[in-house]
Amino acid sequence: MPEGQQPILELQGITKSFGGVEALRGVDFALYSGEIHGLVGENGAGKSTLMKIIAGVHTEFSGHFLVDGQERHFHSARDAHAAGIAMVHQELSVAPDLTVAENVFLGNQPINRFGLVQWRRMAREAGEQLARFGIDVDPMARLGDLPIGLQQLIEIARVLFSGARIVILDEPTSALSPPEVERLFATLKRLRQGGAAIVFISHFIEDILRVSDTVTVFRNGRKVAETASAATSKGALIEAMIGRGGEALEHSYTDDLMLPRPSDSSVILKVDQLSLARSLREVSFEARAGEVLGIYGFMGCGQQELSRILFGKLKPDGGTLAVEGTPKSFASTAAARRAGVALVPESRRDMLFHQEPVYKNISISILDRISSLLLKPARERDIAKRQVEQLQIRPPVVGLDLGMLSGGNQQKVALAKWLTYPPKLLVLCEPTRGMDVGAKNDVINIVRNLRARGLAIIVLSTEPETVLSLADRILVLKRGALVREFKNEPVSKDRLLEAA
Amino acid sequence: MSSETALATGRRARGFAPFLRSQMRNIAPFLTLIFLTAFFAFASPSFATLDNLGNILTQVSVTGIIAVGLTFVILCAEIDLSIASIANVTGIAVAYFTLQESYVNIANVPLPGVVAIILSILLCALLGLVNALGLTVIGIPSFIMTLAMMQIAAGISALLVRGQIAYKVPSLITTLGSGSIGGIPWIVIVAALMLLGGHLVLTYTRFGRYVYMVGGNREAAEYSGLNVKLILGAVMVISAVCSGIGGMLGVAHFGSAQQNEFDTYLLDSIAAVVVGGTSLFGGRGGIGNTIVGLFVLGVLNNGLDHVNIDSFLKILIRGLILLAALVINVYAQRLREKAAE
Repeated sequence: MPEGQQPILELQGITKSFGGVEALRGVDFALYSGEIHGLVGENGAGKSTLMKIIAGVHTEFSGHFLVDGQERHFHSARDAHAAGIAMVHQELSVAPDLTVAENVFLGNQPINRFGLVQWRRMAREAGEQLARFGIDVDPMARLGDLPIGLQQLIEIARVLFSGARIVILDEPTSALSPPEVERLFATLKRLRQGGAAIVFISHFIEDILRVSDTVTVFRNGRKVAETASAATSKGALIEAMIGRGGEALEHSYTDDLMLPRPSDSSVILKVDQLSLARSLREVSFEARAGEVLGIYGFMGCGQQELSRILFGKLKPDGGTLAVEGTPKSFASTAAARRAGVALVPESRRDMLFHQEPVYKNISISILDRISSLLLKPARERDIAKRQVEQLQIRPPVVGLDLGMLSGGNQQKVALAKWLTYPPKLLVLCEPTRGMDVGAKNDVINIVRNLRARGLAIIVLSTEPETVLSLADRILVLKRGALVREFKNEPVSKDRLLEAA
Repeated sequence: MSSETALATGRRARGFAPFLRSQMRNIAPFLTLIFLTAFFAFASPSFATLDNLGNILTQVSVTGIIAVGLTFVILCAEIDLSIASIANVTGIAVAYFTLQESYVNIANVPLPGVVAIILSILLCALLGLVNALGLTVIGIPSFIMTLAMMQIAAGISALLVRGQIAYKVPSLITTLGSGSIGGIPWIVIVAALMLLGGHLVLTYTRFGRYVYMVGGNREAAEYSGLNVKLILGAVMVISAVCSGIGGMLGVAHFGSAQQNEFDTYLLDSIAAVVVGGTSLFGGRGGIGNTIVGLFVLGVLNNGLDHVNIDSFLKILIRGLILLAALVINVYAQRLREKAAE
């Protein structure tokens, strides 16, 4: 941290709340020109909220906001842009149908005095800019035809070369391959020499330590540490992120948890060398009856794609999967269901019929088991009532439209649809996301019950707590590859984060 | 039935107004029908007679038969623009396979009546299957796929009749299309039976439930392990077969088979389904709605003939009524979504 220099950006005592919940509490933050500043913290720790304040996305907050020592208040992202602040958001925001050059110059294409776009000049300048970034593509190619990682690099390049003095990158490396990450880092270092200030948010702590000068740690809306990157380590940062003892909630999994001896029951699912474009690389594992297999990894590590392949929604590029020893290549989700595979995706919207009553939501996956040609509504309602009772879905009215239930209860309905005729393999994505403690416990109990009934269960989550509270064996997925297996050994949140 | 009451209480708990709002889709077309009927009954003494009711029923029969299949398609949030063309080609095909009078200059292939009917049904089913494959296997949006099919079917029609007009169809078709029993035209009975059949399938069979669920949330249907493509393919075939039956009976009803005979039925059938309140976004509505829509259209068309009105203005009025129905359709969807919140 350059001493005695005036910060290019300074925040003092920033507090921000959403509907009574404080997302940031009295945060101080300073950024100097010629600095790469790393930000780490768990999901919901407040990093993104703070950055959105800086980028003019959130305009309501309390505290002081100074640019070059001057108090400022942005009313929009446009204001922030005018002050030289640009942000690359986590989700790709490019125009896939436009050319690379148009994307680079989005919103400020060079025009001649008749107001017409100067295509040749635009293509030449875009090509030059990208070449400086080590990207060699045809500027007139359609952006959507390029690989996702390259698209992301181009979006980053656009922001980096927009002339901004302060650049915020939110999880820029999650979709990038190792050589692309190298190129990004080289460019960031070059920009730093040019005097830009860069904020770099990432779950990949190694990346942060390699590229940043300073690193700040957030926890529960507070800034809990700020140190020179050279003076800290991955272990120390993880410890600061999750906080030992003190602030921990009822069960924070900071202490070692002993995983049981691996089950030697029959193998239900065998996945061999599964690959998918840029998402999965030669993933192999087994899931056994009566076992909960946890798969942990950061957002974008390939979990979502893996779950979709298991349920026949996506086709893998390579590799095989077998259910109870029979090789399968699912042509549709219906084929996967018939083979005994069930999936509960992370988004309830994808899984449920909000305008239909609860009982129709529960019976939809088993209609062919309870009726041949004609429907049996009485039977459907009976089955639904039993599930509603067992899972304690509130209100216990099976005729109510699903949209009237609370989120947690909807999640239970999503589970309930698979439980009357249990599958052999149940794949759960983020089964407890956004739930309160009570509903979480209910889900944990349901999953344990199903395990006792001999199902093979796979739980995929980006939250270490979810995996730790449910799994008997844990695999860590990192950038599409399995990098670590925890079994019959102690595991804790920091060990998981360390592995990822 | 106890949960039925629970459902009612669940709704009552939210008040009567939200319930009304959620039912807007069903109420609005019905009010339109009552209003139009009252208006024409008041405006013309010859409108509200039993005879004229018979006229209206007969006039909407062919549209009704075609609209049965189209209701399935629209419930799935797809569209079929080839219905009128397929009706036309099937009607022409059944005439093509029948012995014509000597002055009809068509190089046709006379076959026994039953064979002619079966071949014609196979033809429309095949065209529906092509629609289905284009939509599900290749992934062409139904709007475009059936637009192409509209041309293809019209092309086959043109090749079969080559600008000529055929008059004869198998006797069974003649009876069903233009005969009557006990004073009731057979075509009305066929339309009523097909509408009833469609309603029973949609309401009481597993397939019918799948149609509603696929239309309600296709993604969720897929995540529930339904074979969405199979269901979409099936509704395209059903639509084509209904159109084909409507076409065959229509040819008998009009007394001739020729090119472009059914052109107005495309818009009429879509209008009947949508005016009736079936959601263009899928998952809401049904044959009951289609029947109300058919009557709205029938009363409107017939009523405008009874009042003294410029026949060219009629076309404009029909267009405006259709627009009004579409506006209501979209608003009903929004109101329902609000009521669900």
